[in-house]
Amino acid sequence: MMGLTSQETKGLGLGALLIAIAALLPLFDDGFYLSISVNIVLYAALCTSWALFSGPTHYVSLATAAFYGLGTYSVGLGIEVLPYPLLLAIAAGVGAIMAGLVGAATLRISGVYFVIFTFGLAELVRQLVTWTQTKFSTAMGLYVFTEMTESHIYWMLLALTGVVFLTSFLIARSRLGFAMTVIGNDETVARHVGIDTARSKIILFMISGAFIAIAGAITAPRYIYIEPPSAFNPMISFLVVIMALLGGTKRLWGPLVGVIPFTIVMDFISSNFPNHTMIVVGLAFLAIVYLIPHGVTGLLEDMQARWKKRAAPVVEEKPA
Amino acid sequence: MTAALSIRAARKAFGGLVAVNDVSFEVKQGELLGLIGPNGSGKTTMLNLISGALPPTAGEILLDGRRISGLPAHAIARQGVSRTFQLVRVLPSLDAEENVMSGAVFGHVRLWGEDARRVARVMLDRVGLGERAHMPVAAMTYIDQKRVELARALAANPRVLLLDEWLAGLNPSELQIGISLIDELRHEGRTIVMVEHVMDAIRSLCDRCVVMSSGRMIAEGGVAETLSDPEVVRAYLGDDDA
Repeated sequence: MMGLTSQETKGLGLGALLIAIAALLPLFDDGFYLSISVNIVLYAALCTSWALFSGPTHYVSLATAAFYGLGTYSVGLGIEVLPYPLLLAIAAGVGAIMAGLVGAATLRISGVYFVIFTFGLAELVRQLVTWTQTKFSTAMGLYVFTEMTESHIYWMLLALTGVVFLTSFLIARSRLGFAMTVIGNDETVARHVGIDTARSKIILFMISGAFIAIAGAITAPRYIYIEPPSAFNPMISFLVVIMALLGGTKRLWGPLVGVIPFTIVMDFISSNFPNHTMIVVGLAFLAIVYLIPHGVTGLLEDMQARWKKRAAPVVEEKPA
Repeated sequence: MTAALSIRAARKAFGGLVAVNDVSFEVKQGELLGLIGPNGSGKTTMLNLISGALPPTAGEILLDGRRISGLPAHAIARQGVSRTFQLVRVLPSLDAEENVMSGAVFGHVRLWGEDARRVARVMLDRVGLGERAHMPVAAMTYIDQKRVELARALAANPRVLLLDEWLAGLNPSELQIGISLIDELRHEGRTIVMVEHVMDAIRSLCDRCVVMSSGRMIAEGGVAETLSDPEVVRAYLGDDDA
């Protein structure tokens, strides 16, 4: 909120260093490891963007696929006529507008209704796009031909992840971030101290939606051929929720802890047991919710607290 | 001079139940008004209409001559109405200082950074919690949580302060502390509306009081005369004792 503390400076420095090291990866490998790393940074960007909104508000959004798909289609539709950077900006705008509309319509409803609505929305958008394409064009999908290689996509996603992190960090230190903390604690109090709760939540949802759409736009050239079932794949929404919950949403870097192991495991499963992927995802979801409800970061904090207690239990028990 | 707060024929109906039935009264600048009445008489609902937690069904509420009824709660808070809650509401994941800062950051004064922190410190000192600024509020006793809530309301430097049974649930010694704290606020010239059941507090603190029963206002005036009004006695004790 005020000047940077030494811990925050260290955190920022460490983050920058990690991104710089990660950026070197394509120099060493452009095959399997690069490919799986693209998946990792993609989900890192998606999960942190998702947690940006869902972490403090506790609203579980399943609309990730909708924003992602809109970003992908922004590129698919415009790649022949507009420069790529402009398309990224358009994707961000489309994602933000969509999030704004959804937010205005649904953030007053809470809990499970919001979850269902966002899921329904993603499916609706997918059906609309499919319908439009079959009605007005001959092909089911769109071709995206670019000069972009896997390395370029990797670097762009990495940069996006960095920007999302920095944005989360800045929001946490801003009035908006403080407002979200108060809302997360007690929404009634929030309203009565003067916070426009609906507006704060919509702004945050728009930022989150815009970032997810940019991630979709960056990844579009990777598909080469875009069609609704892949761009608006509901699996994306579910995976993002699972990974973010696995990592824990209380800390900024929490989702990352979930993304890296999960992406690697998913890759292993989908290549070795391609017909059983859904079962494994389902089991993973159950295991995470039952065994580590606060995610890996929550688990680490619990252990840290227990460790501290064990280190200094004598003080409390000594008779006066 | 216009009144700090004017309630004009305020009405709140929940379906067929009329919780507040065309109530009108005024609160002058610097006055401490007690809003009293038996349980279920509509006092808290009245307070909710003023703070915007509920929109009135009819009638209007004016703050310094400007209409605030119909505005959402956050807009009313920014106009300068702060409140505490009947069942204490603190922000459990934050410490005392951050709790109080929330009042200064988003409310009537809208400070940020060090300025907000400074106000929070002053207010915590004001309610006697200066030493415990960094204590997590979840670990605090009931009266200390109530103090945090009061400090949070004061941090917005409100034009009107609404206290909803702020003294309820305190033990006798805490009650003395609480009463003298409110008395100090009154001497500072704060405009306060206080819903209260503790009669000692009403007698020693209030300049005037408004008595409600079954949603209606049945008496208004000086404390001693109002409390001896036969209709008020009947509302509290039943017909036989009047």
